[in-house]
Amino acid sequence: MTALVWLLPAFPAAGAALNGVFGIRWFSRTVTAAVACLSMLASLALAIVAAVNVARVPLARTVVLGDWIPAIPAVTSNGHLPFHVAWTLLMDPLAAVMTLVVTGIGLLIHVYATAYMREESRGSYARFFCYMNLFCAFMLLLVLGGNFLVLFVGWEGVGLCSYLLIGFWYQKTSAVDAGRKAFIVNRIGDWGFVLGIMAAFLAFGTLDLQGVAAAAGHWPIERAQFGGLSIICLLLFVGAAAKSAQIPLYVWLPDAMEGPTPVSALIHAATMVTAGVYIVARNVVLFSHAPLVLAIIAIVGALTALMAASIAVVQTDIKRVLAYSTISQLGLMFLAAGVGAVSAAVFHLVTHAFFKALLFLGSGVVIHAMAGEQDMRRMGGLKRYLPLTFVTMVIGALAIAGAPPLAGFFSKDEILLQAFGRNRALWALGSLASLLTAFYMFRLIALTFYGPYKGDAAREPHDARGAMAVPLMFLAIGTIVVGFIGIPRTLGGANAIEHFLAPSFTETRPASVAIIAGQPDPPGTAERVAEARAELARDRAAHRAAFPVTEVTQERAWALMLLSALIAATGLAGAWRFYVTHPDVPRRAAERSSALHALLVNDYYVDDLYHATIVRGTFAAAREFWRMDLRVIDAFVNAWGIGTRVLAWISHVVDKLGVDGVVNATGWTAGEGSFLVRRGQTGLVQNYALLILVGVCAFLTLYMLAPGLELMRDLFAARP
Amino acid sequence: MHVIPITPYHYLVLAAALFTIGVIGVMVRRNIIILFMSIELMLNAVNLNLVAFSRLYGHVVGQVFALFIVAVAAAEAAVGLGILLAFYRNKETLNVDEVNLLRG
Repeated sequence: MTALVWLLPAFPAAGAALNGVFGIRWFSRTVTAAVACLSMLASLALAIVAAVNVARVPLARTVVLGDWIPAIPAVTSNGHLPFHVAWTLLMDPLAAVMTLVVTGIGLLIHVYATAYMREESRGSYARFFCYMNLFCAFMLLLVLGGNFLVLFVGWEGVGLCSYLLIGFWYQKTSAVDAGRKAFIVNRIGDWGFVLGIMAAFLAFGTLDLQGVAAAAGHWPIERAQFGGLSIICLLLFVGAAAKSAQIPLYVWLPDAMEGPTPVSALIHAATMVTAGVYIVARNVVLFSHAPLVLAIIAIVGALTALMAASIAVVQTDIKRVLAYSTISQLGLMFLAAGVGAVSAAVFHLVTHAFFKALLFLGSGVVIHAMAGEQDMRRMGGLKRYLPLTFVTMVIGALAIAGAPPLAGFFSKDEILLQAFGRNRALWALGSLASLLTAFYMFRLIALTFYGPYKGDAAREPHDARGAMAVPLMFLAIGTIVVGFIGIPRTLGGANAIEHFLAPSFTETRPASVAIIAGQPDPPGTAERVAEARAELARDRAAHRAAFPVTEVTQERAWALMLLSALIAATGLAGAWRFYVTHPDVPRRAAERSSALHALLVNDYYVDDLYHATIVRGTFAAAREFWRMDLRVIDAFVNAWGIGTRVLAWISHVVDKLGVDGVVNATGWTAGEGSFLVRRGQTGLVQNYALLILVGVCAFLTLYMLAPGLELMRDLFAARP
Repeated sequence: MHVIPITPYHYLVLAAALFTIGVIGVMVRRNIIILFMSIELMLNAVNLNLVAFSRLYGHVVGQVFALFIVAVAAAEAAVGLGILLAFYRNKETLNVDEVNLLRG
């Protein structure tokens, strides 16, 4: 069964291929939607089966699909180890959770998009679903990848799909620019990520995720110094920070809202942007050996959470509010991972996927209802027209604000509790971000749904129906119930998700079973299971030792929980007061502290800073390179050409004077030297006849005289 | 009347005279047709010699050769007259001194 895990990414990939190759030309909208949604449904069914399987037997299953890079001899710090990469998939509790999120949320958003994108032409409809399915395939490959290289294929693939979907409306310059910005900022992250992978291979001699964890487990924990493991972790975090939009690489995510709303919901809220958190969670053993990097991650996460939340307070574009909210929530996840609460981070990842997808889809309904209007200042009073959207979005907003007992309450509370145990300052930053979150979410609700209706009076906004309504309802139910998988012990719960995930995060992992695709399970699998269960119990203790969180007393945990509920209530009440009962307060506040307001509205001028330094710097450098090319390289090339021509001229002169001279001199010598013999050649036939006659006469004379000559010779010869 | 029998000497003297006349003709004349005729004279002088010696020695090969020479002379005359015509068309003259293209 587990050997079929490769079908998880294969279904959406097949859907993408069908829609991409045949759909754009031939499929009707219904066929395209059916192909896309059914491939996701098949994937979801498989993911559920796999998750049940994993829950039953907490073994990590490695599925080897085949060889990729054959063994290349290489030298690493562990000696001579071949660089060998196979197509490996890894199915363990963490992968099971991630695949459930990707396929589940993915399916709902696909269903929603079938209605949302209905206005598109038939070709771009198929193109859209081709990209969406392709994204899901790559995302599943990313979370299932058993080694860094397979994971990286998925990592780059989702980046590509993100680029394609942000720029989906490619006739819009702003969308194209946003896609390019996302792609380029992610290149910076990939630079770090690739270097991290290379460094990991140099350090451990393997790219296998379990192998890296096992090898890293034997390294000393770098408490004080910034050693090899810290460098690897920091480089991997550069990649994670770009993908998950953390300071200083978050600038692409707000612009990514140029894409269609389902894209924002799926890629830029629920799944792809959580890949960075996933990387940290997946390599938790590695990261836990580099506490300094963990501290950096926690600080970056907390600062990002606060900064993005503060920007979201003043945004007017409904989707940009949600984008900054996503950045802020991702910051909270990194804060959790940084303080060692990895399962809390993954828990928040799951709950966030539900309520953020819900909020985005709800905002999509609002945008449709307002005929493409995204500015909240021109909305209002939609509660009457969009009751379903209003109710579901309020549920989502309550969840993200942390109102008990919705999903966000449990996950956020878990994060803040763990942060409190580690560092009070981080906890304070996180709590402040939570306050702002509650405030800006209900500001969004108030501006959109309350007050007078400011839209086109002739046109009645219509609520979500059919394919758009069903996902909203499902997500709202999910938002209500999904938190119950992680009820903390303080409330008498079992914190089921932490227990479920623990095998993925323990220092020494339970022996995994390698399953080769297409072959029966190796013998002795059942015995190994019992063995692994016993080992797991021991590992739980080791896990607690690996993350020495100061145990927060029961009473304090209760107090913190009450405090976060109070924070949520305060934010809600503040937004109510500012935007419903006293709508002129925000304007006066903005006027009173105009510097702060300008700072927030302009996103802390980070984009302008990047534009002034990096973008302008790149252009200036390019111009300098062009000049350099013109003046130095072209000059060199031209000098080379001139030199060649001079040499050719010299060669020509030598040829004319020297070589031709010798040849001509030979001819001239022969011609002029023959001036005497030439006289004999008169060309007159009678002269030749005369000569013949003379010769014949001479011959005859000699012939006749011959006896006499012979006699004379004999005389001379006889003389001595 | 005393009859002087014709001996081979007579033939040889006649042939030598004819040959000499031919040689002198080739040497001194400028008209190319006369040159040809002189060459014919020389050829026939030789024929005379061959036939005379054939008769003297009672051997037929001399006569055979003479016949060959007559045949070849006819061919030579044909070719020669062709060249001569072509020459005349080029130069509008038959003066052999005009033919000096091979002068060095």
